[in-house]
Amino acid sequence: MDFIGAYSADNLTFLVNGFWLTLKMAFIAIILSFILGGVVGTLRFAQIPVLSQVLAVIVEVIRNLPLLLIIFFTFFALPEIGIKFKEVPAAIIALTIFEAAMLSEIIRSGLNSIDKGQMEAARSSGLSYFQALWHIIVPQALRRMVPPTVSQFISLLKDTSLAVVISVPELTHQAQIVYGQKSGYLEPTLLVVVLMYFVVNYTLSILSRRLEVKRT
Amino acid sequence: MNFSILTDNMDMFLEGFKVTIIASITALIASLLLGAFIAVLRIAPYKPLNWLGTTYVEFFRNIPLLIIMLFVYLVFNFKGLTAGTIALTIYTTAFIAEAIRAGILSIPKGQMEAARSSGLTYSQAMRIIILPQAIKVVIPPLGNQFINLVKNSSLVAVIAGGDLMYQADLISARTFKVMDTYILVAMFYLILTIPLSLGVGYLEKRLAKSN
Repeated sequence: MDFIGAYSADNLTFLVNGFWLTLKMAFIAIILSFILGGVVGTLRFAQIPVLSQVLAVIVEVIRNLPLLLIIFFTFFALPEIGIKFKEVPAAIIALTIFEAAMLSEIIRSGLNSIDKGQMEAARSSGLSYFQALWHIIVPQALRRMVPPTVSQFISLLKDTSLAVVISVPELTHQAQIVYGQKSGYLEPTLLVVVLMYFVVNYTLSILSRRLEVKRT
Repeated sequence: MNFSILTDNMDMFLEGFKVTIIASITALIASLLLGAFIAVLRIAPYKPLNWLGTTYVEFFRNIPLLIIMLFVYLVFNFKGLTAGTIALTIYTTAFIAEAIRAGILSIPKGQMEAARSSGLTYSQAMRIIILPQAIKVVIPPLGNQFINLVKNSSLVAVIAGGDLMYQADLISARTFKVMDTYILVAMFYLILTIPLSLGVGYLEKRLAKSN
Protein backbone atom coordinates (compact mmCIF):
# COMPACT_ATOMS: atom_id res chain seq x y z
CA MET A 1 0.00 0.00 0.00
CA ASP A 2 1.41 3.35 -1.05
CA PHE A 3 -0.46 6.02 0.85
CA ILE A 4 1.97 8.85 0.08
CA GLY A 5 1.98 8.23 -3.67
CA ALA A 6 -1.78 7.71 -3.85
CA TYR A 7 -2.47 10.92 -1.91
CA SER A 8 -0.40 13.18 -4.15
CA ALA A 9 -1.93 16.60 -4.74
CA ASP A 10 -2.77 15.69 -8.34
CA ASN A 11 -4.60 12.51 -7.39
CA LEU A 12 -6.59 14.18 -4.62
CA THR A 13 -7.59 17.08 -6.87
CA PHE A 14 -8.67 14.54 -9.47
CA LEU A 15 -10.86 12.74 -6.93
CA VAL A 16 -12.34 15.96 -5.54
CA ASN A 17 -13.28 17.01 -9.09
CA GLY A 18 -15.05 13.69 -9.51
CA PHE A 19 -16.89 14.16 -6.24
CA TRP A 20 -17.95 17.63 -7.28
CA LEU A 21 -19.55 16.15 -10.41
CA THR A 22 -21.21 13.46 -8.27
CA LEU A 23 -22.75 16.15 -6.06
CA LYS A 24 -23.82 18.28 -9.00
CA MET A 25 -25.47 15.33 -10.78
CA ALA A 26 -27.27 14.24 -7.62
CA PHE A 27 -28.48 17.77 -6.96
CA ILE A 28 -29.81 18.34 -10.48
CA ALA A 29 -31.43 14.88 -10.55
CA ILE A 30 -33.17 15.34 -7.19
CA ILE A 31 -34.67 18.67 -8.22
CA LEU A 32 -35.85 17.37 -11.59
CA SER A 33 -37.23 14.18 -10.08
CA PHE A 34 -39.03 16.07 -7.32
CA ILE A 35 -40.82 18.14 -9.98
CA LEU A 36 -41.59 15.11 -12.17
CA GLY A 37 -42.45 12.93 -9.18
CA GLY A 38 -44.64 15.74 -7.81
CA VAL A 39 -46.67 15.92 -11.00
CA VAL A 40 -47.02 12.13 -11.24
CA GLY A 41 -47.80 11.70 -7.54
CA THR A 42 -50.43 14.45 -7.57
CA LEU A 43 -52.11 13.10 -10.72
CA ARG A 44 -52.27 9.66 -9.12
CA PHE A 45 -53.62 11.16 -5.88
CA ALA A 46 -56.31 13.02 -7.80
CA GLN A 47 -57.46 9.67 -9.26
CA ILE A 48 -58.13 10.93 -12.74
CA PRO A 49 -59.65 7.93 -14.57
CA VAL A 50 -57.36 6.10 -17.05
CA LEU A 51 -54.44 8.53 -16.58
CA SER A 52 -53.95 7.52 -12.94
CA GLN A 53 -54.00 3.83 -13.83
CA VAL A 54 -51.54 4.28 -16.71
CA LEU A 55 -49.19 6.23 -14.44
CA ALA A 56 -49.53 3.56 -11.76
CA VAL A 57 -48.35 0.89 -14.19
CA ILE A 58 -45.43 3.01 -15.43
CA VAL A 59 -44.32 3.87 -11.88
CA GLU A 60 -44.59 0.24 -10.79
CA VAL A 61 -42.49 -0.97 -13.75
CA ILE A 62 -39.75 1.64 -13.26
CA ARG A 63 -39.59 1.06 -9.51
CA ASN A 64 -39.13 -2.65 -10.06
CA LEU A 65 -36.28 -2.40 -12.56
CA PRO A 66 -32.61 -2.09 -11.66
CA LEU A 67 -31.26 1.43 -12.10
CA LEU A 68 -28.27 -0.02 -13.94
CA LEU A 69 -30.64 -1.31 -16.63
CA ILE A 70 -32.26 2.11 -16.99
CA ILE A 71 -28.84 3.75 -17.36
CA PHE A 72 -27.78 1.22 -20.01
CA PHE A 73 -31.09 1.65 -21.77
CA THR A 74 -30.84 5.45 -21.86
CA PHE A 75 -27.28 5.50 -23.10
CA PHE A 76 -27.03 2.44 -25.39
CA ALA A 77 -30.56 1.54 -26.49
CA LEU A 78 -32.21 4.92 -27.14
CA PRO A 79 -29.67 5.88 -29.84
CA GLU A 80 -31.09 2.95 -31.89
CA ILE A 81 -34.28 4.98 -32.30
CA GLY A 82 -32.38 8.20 -32.86
CA ILE A 83 -32.39 9.63 -29.31
CA LYS A 84 -28.79 10.37 -28.38
CA PHE A 85 -27.39 11.89 -25.20
CA LYS A 86 -23.86 12.55 -24.02
CA GLU A 87 -22.72 10.59 -20.94
CA VAL A 88 -23.55 13.15 -18.23
CA PRO A 89 -27.02 14.09 -19.51
CA ALA A 90 -27.82 10.41 -20.10
CA ALA A 91 -26.89 9.60 -16.50
CA ILE A 92 -28.92 12.53 -15.15
CA ILE A 93 -31.95 11.53 -17.24
CA ALA A 94 -31.76 7.89 -16.13
CA LEU A 95 -31.36 8.90 -12.47
CA THR A 96 -34.25 11.36 -12.78
CA ILE A 97 -36.62 8.79 -14.30
CA PHE A 98 -35.78 6.22 -11.63
CA GLU A 99 -35.91 8.60 -8.66
CA ALA A 100 -39.06 10.35 -9.93
CA ALA A 101 -40.86 7.00 -9.73
CA MET A 102 -39.66 6.59 -6.13
CA LEU A 103 -40.49 10.20 -5.18
CA SER A 104 -43.95 10.04 -6.76
CA GLU A 105 -44.79 7.31 -4.25
CA ILE A 106 -43.45 9.39 -1.35
CA ILE A 107 -45.45 12.39 -2.53
CA ARG A 108 -48.62 10.36 -3.10
CA SER A 109 -48.47 8.76 0.33
CA GLY A 110 -47.73 12.17 1.84
CA LEU A 111 -50.88 13.58 0.25
CA ASN A 112 -52.85 10.49 1.29
CA SER A 113 -51.72 10.90 4.90
CA ILE A 114 -53.66 14.16 5.25
CA ASP A 115 -57.06 13.59 6.81
CA LYS A 116 -59.87 13.36 4.22
CA GLY A 117 -61.90 15.88 6.25
CA GLN A 118 -59.41 18.61 5.29
CA MET A 119 -60.29 18.27 1.62
CA GLU A 120 -64.00 18.06 2.35
CA ALA A 121 -63.93 21.13 4.57
CA ALA A 122 -61.94 23.09 1.98
CA ARG A 123 -64.28 22.09 -0.82
CA SER A 124 -67.40 22.96 1.15
CA SER A 125 -65.95 26.38 2.00
CA GLY A 126 -65.98 27.09 -1.73
CA LEU A 127 -62.47 26.23 -2.99
CA SER A 128 -62.11 24.30 -6.22
CA TYR A 129 -60.41 20.86 -6.09
CA PHE A 130 -57.02 22.16 -7.20
CA GLN A 131 -57.26 25.27 -4.98
CA ALA A 132 -57.97 23.01 -2.02
CA LEU A 133 -55.09 20.75 -3.01
CA TRP A 134 -52.67 23.65 -3.43
CA HIS A 135 -53.63 25.80 -0.43
CA ILE A 136 -54.78 23.22 2.12
CA ILE A 137 -53.43 19.73 1.40
CA VAL A 138 -49.97 20.37 -0.12
CA PRO A 139 -48.65 22.69 2.63
CA GLN A 140 -49.55 20.11 5.29
CA ALA A 141 -48.27 17.17 3.28
CA LEU A 142 -44.95 18.82 2.34
CA ARG A 143 -43.76 18.70 5.94
CA ARG A 144 -44.31 14.95 6.03
CA MET A 145 -42.56 14.42 2.70
CA VAL A 146 -39.29 16.07 3.67
CA PRO A 147 -37.66 13.28 5.75
CA PRO A 148 -38.29 10.46 3.22
CA THR A 149 -37.18 12.79 0.42
CA VAL A 150 -33.87 13.41 2.19
CA SER A 151 -33.43 9.63 2.56
CA GLN A 152 -34.15 9.26 -1.14
CA PHE A 153 -31.48 11.89 -1.83
CA ILE A 154 -28.97 9.72 0.05
CA SER A 155 -29.91 6.77 -2.18
CA LEU A 156 -29.54 9.01 -5.19
CA LEU A 157 -26.06 10.13 -4.13
CA LYS A 158 -25.02 6.51 -3.76
CA ASP A 159 -26.67 5.59 -7.05
CA THR A 160 -24.68 8.18 -9.01
CA SER A 161 -21.76 5.75 -8.67
CA LEU A 162 -23.51 3.53 -11.25
CA ALA A 163 -22.86 6.19 -13.88
CA VAL A 164 -19.34 4.75 -13.99
CA VAL A 165 -20.62 2.09 -16.43
CA ILE A 166 -21.12 4.74 -19.11
CA SER A 167 -17.82 6.48 -18.26
CA VAL A 168 -19.23 9.56 -16.56
CA PRO A 169 -16.21 11.12 -14.81
CA GLU A 170 -17.82 11.07 -11.33
CA LEU A 171 -16.10 9.96 -8.13
CA THR A 172 -16.11 6.18 -8.70
CA HIS A 173 -14.83 6.61 -12.25
CA GLN A 174 -12.03 8.95 -11.14
CA ALA A 175 -11.14 6.48 -8.39
CA GLN A 176 -10.73 3.69 -10.95
CA ILE A 177 -8.33 5.86 -12.91
CA VAL A 178 -6.32 6.77 -9.81
CA TYR A 179 -5.94 3.22 -8.51
CA GLY A 180 -5.26 2.00 -12.04
CA GLN A 181 -1.93 3.84 -12.04
CA LYS A 182 -0.13 1.58 -9.58
CA SER A 183 -1.10 -1.57 -7.71
CA GLY A 184 -0.31 -0.04 -4.31
CA TYR A 185 -2.86 2.73 -4.84
CA LEU A 186 -5.97 0.52 -4.62
CA GLU A 187 -6.69 0.48 -0.88
CA PRO A 188 -5.69 4.10 -0.16
CA THR A 189 -7.87 5.34 -3.02
CA LEU A 190 -10.92 3.32 -2.05
CA LEU A 191 -10.47 4.48 1.53
CA VAL A 192 -10.61 8.17 0.66
CA VAL A 193 -13.52 7.60 -1.74
CA VAL A 194 -15.48 5.77 0.97
CA LEU A 195 -14.76 8.65 3.31
CA MET A 196 -16.09 11.24 0.85
CA TYR A 197 -19.35 9.39 0.23
CA PHE A 198 -19.76 8.58 3.91
CA VAL A 199 -19.26 12.09 5.28
CA VAL A 200 -21.89 13.62 3.00
CA ASN A 201 -24.41 10.80 3.31
CA TYR A 202 -24.05 10.48 7.06
CA THR A 203 -24.57 14.21 7.51
CA LEU A 204 -27.71 13.98 5.40
CA SER A 205 -29.00 10.97 7.33
CA ILE A 206 -28.57 12.84 10.63
CA LEU A 207 -30.45 15.76 9.09
CA SER A 208 -33.25 13.46 7.94
CA ARG A 209 -33.55 11.99 11.45
CA ARG A 210 -33.68 15.47 13.03
CA LEU A 211 -36.52 16.43 10.74
CA GLU A 212 -38.39 13.26 11.62
CA VAL A 213 -38.02 13.84 15.36
CA LYS A 214 -39.19 17.42 15.03
CA ARG A 215 -42.32 16.29 13.25
CA THR A 216 -43.46 13.81 15.86
CA MET B 1 -39.67 -6.18 -31.28
CA ASN B 2 -37.63 -9.12 -32.48
CA PHE B 3 -38.31 -12.24 -30.43
CA SER B 4 -35.67 -14.27 -32.25
CA ILE B 5 -33.17 -12.61 -29.89
CA LEU B 6 -34.95 -14.35 -27.05
CA THR B 7 -35.20 -17.75 -28.73
CA ASP B 8 -31.67 -17.66 -30.20
CA ASN B 9 -30.07 -16.72 -26.88
CA MET B 10 -32.42 -18.49 -24.52
CA ASP B 11 -29.59 -20.41 -22.84
CA MET B 12 -27.73 -17.18 -22.02
CA PHE B 13 -30.85 -15.44 -20.69
CA LEU B 14 -31.69 -18.44 -18.53
CA GLU B 15 -28.10 -18.74 -17.29
CA GLY B 16 -28.18 -15.06 -16.28
CA PHE B 17 -31.61 -15.44 -14.72
CA LYS B 18 -30.34 -18.39 -12.68
CA VAL B 19 -27.25 -16.49 -11.49
CA THR B 20 -29.37 -13.46 -10.53
CA ILE B 21 -31.72 -15.67 -8.50
CA ILE B 22 -28.90 -17.58 -6.82
CA ALA B 23 -27.01 -14.40 -5.91
CA SER B 24 -30.19 -12.76 -4.56
CA ILE B 25 -31.36 -15.72 -2.49
CA THR B 26 -27.91 -16.51 -1.09
CA ALA B 27 -27.41 -12.87 -0.12
CA LEU B 28 -30.93 -12.71 1.37
CA ILE B 29 -30.42 -15.71 3.65
CA ALA B 30 -26.95 -14.58 4.71
CA SER B 31 -28.08 -11.01 5.39
CA LEU B 32 -31.15 -12.18 7.32
CA LEU B 33 -28.91 -14.09 9.71
CA LEU B 34 -26.31 -11.32 9.95
CA GLY B 35 -28.99 -8.63 10.09
CA ALA B 36 -30.79 -10.34 12.99
CA PHE B 37 -27.45 -10.56 14.80
CA ILE B 38 -26.67 -6.87 14.25
CA ALA B 39 -30.20 -5.90 15.30
CA VAL B 40 -29.77 -7.80 18.58
CA LEU B 41 -26.41 -6.06 19.11
CA ARG B 42 -28.16 -2.72 18.72
CA ILE B 43 -30.86 -3.40 21.33
CA ALA B 44 -28.83 -5.54 23.75
CA PRO B 45 -28.46 -3.96 27.22
CA TYR B 46 -24.68 -3.39 26.78
CA LYS B 47 -23.43 -0.05 25.48
CA PRO B 48 -20.31 -1.34 23.63
CA LEU B 49 -22.44 -3.84 21.68
CA ASN B 50 -24.95 -1.09 20.76
CA TRP B 51 -22.09 1.02 19.55
CA LEU B 52 -20.70 -1.81 17.42
CA GLY B 53 -24.07 -2.50 15.81
CA THR B 54 -24.76 1.18 15.15
CA THR B 55 -21.34 1.67 13.55
CA TYR B 56 -21.91 -1.24 11.19
CA VAL B 57 -25.35 -0.02 10.14
CA GLU B 58 -24.40 3.65 9.72
CA PHE B 59 -21.20 2.88 7.84
CA PHE B 60 -22.57 0.47 5.25
CA ARG B 61 -25.88 2.28 4.73
CA ASN B 62 -24.07 5.44 3.74
CA ILE B 63 -21.61 4.21 1.12
CA PRO B 64 -22.43 2.99 -2.40
CA LEU B 65 -22.83 -0.75 -2.95
CA LEU B 66 -20.63 -0.51 -6.02
CA ILE B 67 -17.68 0.64 -3.90
CA ILE B 68 -18.14 -2.29 -1.51
CA MET B 69 -18.28 -4.60 -4.50
CA LEU B 70 -15.11 -3.20 -6.08
CA PHE B 71 -13.37 -3.43 -2.73
CA VAL B 72 -14.25 -7.10 -2.13
CA TYR B 73 -13.50 -7.99 -5.75
CA LEU B 74 -10.18 -6.20 -6.11
CA VAL B 75 -8.70 -6.42 -2.62
CA PHE B 76 -9.62 -10.04 -1.83
CA ASN B 77 -9.41 -11.36 -5.40
CA PHE B 78 -12.61 -13.38 -5.24
CA LYS B 79 -14.39 -14.43 -8.43
CA GLY B 80 -16.99 -11.94 -9.70
CA LEU B 81 -20.08 -13.77 -8.48
CA THR B 82 -18.59 -14.64 -5.07
CA ALA B 83 -17.38 -11.09 -4.49
CA GLY B 84 -20.71 -9.75 -5.66
CA THR B 85 -22.73 -11.95 -3.33
CA ILE B 86 -20.49 -11.10 -0.37
CA ALA B 87 -20.82 -7.36 -1.10
CA LEU B 88 -24.60 -7.65 -1.50
CA THR B 89 -24.74 -9.42 1.87
CA ILE B 90 -22.61 -6.80 3.64
CA TYR B 91 -24.74 -3.98 2.22
CA THR B 92 -28.19 -5.54 2.67
CA THR B 93 -27.39 -6.65 6.23
CA ALA B 94 -27.30 -3.00 7.30
CA PHE B 95 -30.82 -2.39 5.97
CA ILE B 96 -32.27 -5.65 7.26
CA ALA B 97 -30.79 -5.02 10.72
CA GLU B 98 -32.66 -1.71 10.81
CA ALA B 99 -35.93 -3.35 9.71
CA ILE B 100 -35.65 -6.05 12.38
CA ARG B 101 -34.71 -3.55 15.07
CA ALA B 102 -37.68 -1.36 14.21
CA GLY B 103 -39.92 -4.43 14.38
CA ILE B 104 -38.69 -5.44 17.82
CA LEU B 105 -38.97 -1.88 19.14
CA SER B 106 -42.55 -1.64 17.83
CA ILE B 107 -43.67 -4.23 20.41
CA PRO B 108 -44.88 -2.42 23.57
CA LYS B 109 -42.47 -2.54 26.52
CA GLY B 110 -45.22 -4.01 28.71
CA GLN B 111 -44.97 -7.28 26.77
CA MET B 112 -41.38 -7.79 27.84
CA GLU B 113 -42.07 -6.67 31.40
CA ALA B 114 -45.08 -9.00 31.71
CA ALA B 115 -43.09 -11.91 30.27
CA ARG B 116 -40.18 -11.27 32.62
CA SER B 117 -42.38 -10.96 35.68
CA SER B 118 -44.13 -14.23 34.81
CA GLY B 119 -40.72 -15.89 35.23
CA LEU B 120 -39.21 -16.05 31.73
CA THR B 121 -35.56 -15.10 31.21
CA TYR B 122 -34.65 -12.20 28.87
CA SER B 123 -33.78 -14.51 25.96
CA GLN B 124 -36.83 -16.72 26.56
CA ALA B 125 -39.10 -13.69 26.59
CA MET B 126 -37.41 -12.41 23.42
CA ARG B 127 -37.83 -15.74 21.64
CA ILE B 128 -41.31 -16.75 22.79
CA ILE B 129 -43.09 -13.42 23.30
CA ILE B 130 -41.40 -10.57 21.42
CA LEU B 131 -40.04 -12.11 18.19
CA PRO B 132 -43.26 -13.89 17.08
CA GLN B 133 -45.12 -10.56 17.36
CA ALA B 134 -42.29 -8.64 15.71
CA ILE B 135 -42.14 -10.96 12.66
CA LYS B 136 -45.57 -9.76 11.52
CA VAL B 137 -44.34 -6.15 11.49
CA VAL B 138 -40.98 -7.01 9.95
CA ILE B 139 -42.09 -9.08 6.94
CA PRO B 140 -43.27 -6.22 4.64
CA PRO B 141 -40.02 -4.20 5.00
CA LEU B 142 -38.02 -7.41 4.54
CA GLY B 143 -39.95 -8.03 1.32
CA ASN B 144 -38.97 -4.55 0.15
CA GLN B 145 -35.35 -5.30 0.96
CA PHE B 146 -35.56 -8.48 -1.08
CA ILE B 147 -36.86 -6.49 -4.07
CA ASN B 148 -33.94 -4.08 -3.65
CA LEU B 149 -31.61 -7.03 -3.42
CA VAL B 150 -32.80 -8.48 -6.74
CA LYS B 151 -32.37 -5.06 -8.37
CA ASN B 152 -29.00 -4.46 -6.73
CA SER B 153 -27.73 -7.87 -7.86
CA SER B 154 -27.44 -6.29 -11.32
CA LEU B 155 -24.27 -4.56 -10.10
CA VAL B 156 -22.59 -7.96 -10.13
CA ALA B 157 -22.39 -7.44 -13.91
CA VAL B 158 -19.82 -4.66 -13.35
CA ILE B 159 -17.39 -7.22 -11.89
CA ALA B 160 -18.20 -9.90 -14.52
CA GLY B 161 -20.44 -11.99 -12.29
CA GLY B 162 -22.42 -13.65 -15.10
CA ASP B 163 -25.85 -12.39 -13.99
CA LEU B 164 -28.71 -11.16 -16.21
CA MET B 165 -27.21 -7.72 -16.85
CA TYR B 166 -23.86 -9.29 -17.72
CA GLN B 167 -25.46 -11.69 -20.21
CA ALA B 168 -27.44 -8.79 -21.65
CA ASP B 169 -24.16 -7.02 -22.36
CA LEU B 170 -22.80 -10.09 -24.17
CA ILE B 171 -26.01 -10.67 -26.12
CA SER B 172 -26.34 -7.06 -27.26
CA ALA B 173 -22.69 -7.00 -28.31
CA ARG B 174 -23.28 -10.12 -30.41
CA THR B 175 -26.62 -9.25 -31.98
CA PHE B 176 -26.25 -5.44 -32.20
CA LYS B 177 -29.89 -5.23 -31.04
CA VAL B 178 -29.41 -3.26 -27.84
CA MET B 179 -32.96 -2.07 -27.29
CA ASP B 180 -34.62 -5.45 -27.86
CA THR B 181 -32.10 -7.18 -25.61
CA TYR B 182 -32.59 -4.75 -22.74
CA ILE B 183 -36.37 -4.86 -23.03
CA LEU B 184 -36.21 -8.65 -22.73
CA VAL B 185 -33.87 -8.42 -19.74
CA ALA B 186 -36.27 -5.93 -18.16
CA MET B 187 -39.02 -8.56 -18.54
CA PHE B 188 -36.90 -11.12 -16.71
CA TYR B 189 -36.33 -8.70 -13.82
CA LEU B 190 -40.02 -7.82 -13.67
CA ILE B 191 -40.95 -11.53 -13.50
CA LEU B 192 -39.04 -11.56 -10.21
CA THR B 193 -39.82 -8.15 -8.75
CA ILE B 194 -43.47 -7.45 -9.64
CA PRO B 195 -44.93 -10.49 -7.78
CA LEU B 196 -42.76 -9.59 -4.78
CA SER B 197 -43.92 -5.98 -4.90
CA LEU B 198 -47.60 -6.99 -5.15
CA GLY B 199 -47.13 -9.43 -2.27
CA VAL B 200 -45.56 -6.74 -0.08
CA GLY B 201 -48.38 -4.33 -0.92
CA TYR B 202 -50.97 -6.95 0.06
CA LEU B 203 -49.22 -7.72 3.36
CA GLU B 204 -48.90 -4.01 4.18
CA LYS B 205 -52.62 -3.51 3.66
CA ARG B 206 -53.50 -6.51 5.81
CA LEU B 207 -51.15 -5.34 8.53
CA ALA B 208 -52.67 -1.85 8.49
CA LYS B 209 -56.13 -3.39 8.87
CA SER B 210 -55.16 -5.70 11.73
CA ASN B 211 -53.80 -2.75 13.71
